[in-house]
Amino acid sequence: MRSKNIVIGAVAAAFIAAGTAADAKTFRYSTSGDILGLDPFINNEGPTNTMKSNLYEGLIHRAWDLSLHPALATDWEQTSPTTWRFNLRKDVKFHNGNDFTADDVLISLDRIRLPASNMTFVVSSIDRIEKIDDHTIDIVTQYPDPTLLLNLPNFWIMDKEWLEANDAFGLEEGAVVKTFANLNVNGTGPFMIEEWVPDTRTVLVPNPNWWGTPWHNLTRAVFTPIGNAATRVAALLSGEIDLMYPVPLQDVPRLESTAGVQALQGPELRTIFLGFDQHRDELLDMPGTGKNPFKDVRVRKAFYQAIDINAIKRVVMRNAATPTGLMIAPGINGFQPDMNDRFPHDPEAAKALLAEAGYPDGFPVTLDCPNDRYVNDEAICLAVVPMLKRVGIDVKLNAQTKSLHFQKIGRAEQWNTSFFMLGWTPGSYDAHNPLQQLMTLDGEGQGTWNCGRFTHPRMEELTDLIAGETDVQKRTAMIREAFQIHKDEVGHITLHQQALAWGIGSNVKEVKQRPHNDVDLRYVMMN
Amino acid sequence: MLAFIVRRLFQSILVMLAVGFIAFSLFNFVGDPVNNMVGIEATIEERERMAKALGLNDPFPIQFARFAGNALRGDFGQSYRLSVPVEEAIGERLPATLELVFVAAVLALAIGVPLGVYTGLHREGAVSRLLLTTSLIGISLPTFLIGILLILTFSVWLGWLPSFGRGVTVNIGWESNLVSWEGFRSIILPSVTLCLFQLTLLMRLVRAEMLEVLRTDYIKFARARGLTSRAVNFGHALKNTLVPVITITGLQIGSLIAFAIITETVFQWPGMGLLFLQAIQFVDIPVMAAYLCLVAFIFVVINLIVDLLYYVIDPRLRLDGGAARAH
Repeated sequence: MRSKNIVIGAVAAAFIAAGTAADAKTFRYSTSGDILGLDPFINNEGPTNTMKSNLYEGLIHRAWDLSLHPALATDWEQTSPTTWRFNLRKDVKFHNGNDFTADDVLISLDRIRLPASNMTFVVSSIDRIEKIDDHTIDIVTQYPDPTLLLNLPNFWIMDKEWLEANDAFGLEEGAVVKTFANLNVNGTGPFMIEEWVPDTRTVLVPNPNWWGTPWHNLTRAVFTPIGNAATRVAALLSGEIDLMYPVPLQDVPRLESTAGVQALQGPELRTIFLGFDQHRDELLDMPGTGKNPFKDVRVRKAFYQAIDINAIKRVVMRNAATPTGLMIAPGINGFQPDMNDRFPHDPEAAKALLAEAGYPDGFPVTLDCPNDRYVNDEAICLAVVPMLKRVGIDVKLNAQTKSLHFQKIGRAEQWNTSFFMLGWTPGSYDAHNPLQQLMTLDGEGQGTWNCGRFTHPRMEELTDLIAGETDVQKRTAMIREAFQIHKDEVGHITLHQQALAWGIGSNVKEVKQRPHNDVDLRYVMMN
Repeated sequence: MLAFIVRRLFQSILVMLAVGFIAFSLFNFVGDPVNNMVGIEATIEERERMAKALGLNDPFPIQFARFAGNALRGDFGQSYRLSVPVEEAIGERLPATLELVFVAAVLALAIGVPLGVYTGLHREGAVSRLLLTTSLIGISLPTFLIGILLILTFSVWLGWLPSFGRGVTVNIGWESNLVSWEGFRSIILPSVTLCLFQLTLLMRLVRAEMLEVLRTDYIKFARARGLTSRAVNFGHALKNTLVPVITITGLQIGSLIAFAIITETVFQWPGMGLLFLQAIQFVDIPVMAAYLCLVAFIFVVINLIVDLLYYVIDPRLRLDGGAARAH
């Protein structure tokens, strides 16, 4: 009798064990490359940053829809134009059990500012942080900074005691460096690291002591890099992984027609555009003529109107693109929906404009284009060539690998280009960043990738003003004015935001797609 | 014999120097690594500092002399991407590649040679014809396509084998796939993909050689003496086909290592080839240069070994040598 009870007990125990096993929600996902390390301040690279934000937290959290939410700070207010008071969350513990206090914020600021840090830009406007008490700090900026809050989500907070105990304060530059803090993690984030084998897998488990209420229901997450797109698709179809990105455009219909697998598409934050050399007195392709047609706004507009963006969207991008009239995407602070329209596609008008400008027979020009950087980048350029030929422009295509392309059109070769393709995601999620980097010239660190050296006196002025304007309405008005000038002057030909595509297996109930094109584990729900 | 080895060594050194020079020329032609290293928003000063730290501002001959001198000591510098010494990065991934190549070579020999003998002996058999026809697929299909087809069949449709990665490895001095079944499952598809070309090549080669040898007088004589078919086919015929087989096998092991790149990419096998491909994408020149030199070195060594093996297998060479000394 007793033995029978034992058997029943054993069977019941087995069932319970099986029950918990069935409740285990392991989420396996993959993308083309591995993370570069776990140190929050070494590498500023999209997928690496997302992995860091699973493990570490900032004072503020940027949710999947780009909205800002309290994280390690519960609330904040501006006490003067340059001072912000932050109340820190109490009873927050790091993964190793240490308490989170104001001292941790201070040492994180010191560390993110080390010369070898690649993340310094997120705190570039901060002058100092003052500790009021263990759970209150003042952030003092050098000038009134309207984008301070936008930058704080990537200012990850590390544990002072942990850094000191492991002698890990110092930083070393490079990917996959073998420093203590690049191989180990002690954050406050909702996930903890279990294992990272470079180029092979990263395993995470939920942080049982996280202060928040998790939306996800994962018990484990395994990230695996798979470089070959076809293998990545196969791994999803065979059920070895639950989510993968990016899905090659040609495989999207295939995934959609496969039972249990779906493709999730949405616009990315990156804007793809073409630019022209508006600086040289003589176009590189027209030696001896002493002419640079691109100095004439009519020529720039003719190029713009000669390009059929809808054909590019339909044929080259297989509809996985959103044509744009602005240099920033929806979701970026400062985006103006009513200004996002484009000049209409009109080859006749383009011809007329060219004739008016004195080039009825067109002129020769070389289009510099990358062939391994953006989605179908070379194919887009190949489509542009005949469109321009139709209005008489003799375009020669120079498509090459990204490192050569960026070297040629960039500062390294003194912007050795007449007509080029470039894509841009504002690192600060704010309109000021592209204004400063792409559309203006004068000033320290300005116009780094303004490869055509477009400039306009009023825009230079506005860009400086926008940097320090904290009144939202005034700032928006100035952003609108700058965008309008850029549009009227046809500073660049805006093309589109490429779409991001994720492949999702049947075990995933819901996942929130972030326009960053990477997975925040907070927003994954399994069946 | 000694003169032969010395001559061979001298040729090998020339080859290595030439490869070293080509590898080094890469530094000047594949784009500016500084762009990838400091990020798109870096200032001119940051770029200058990085270029100087990497020694990219020195004149060409000085850079080459430095490269060659260091390479002789096995020092290929720091990987731009990984910030560790290149030999360490390659060393970490070498076991994965070597295990893959080992399994592929064993498969190619263990299947290719017997099949070659079989098809050689049964020229007209239906099985032979079938084997020869299918072997054309192995010769003509590109590796990446074979890999994808195998993944499609055995991972996606049948769900028997994993489609990517090394799976579970056990540390036996290095991370190994060969000691557990779970690990071995992962190596099956990539090694089959990698070996298919070599397998079919060996099979056709052994078959052709067998046909050749079977026509010779001494085989007829051996049969006339009443030796068993087994003794004739394997003891006499097969043994005499081995000289070209060994040459080809040796060279093919070199290409197995060099061409593992494609297989490793398809199966996300974390070996040297994958490292090399990532290096290309990142313009990680020290890794590319070291990889080229290493592959050249492997070929040179294999060639040397193959040449020496001739002495062991082919008595005529030894005889010539002996005759030369007698003069």
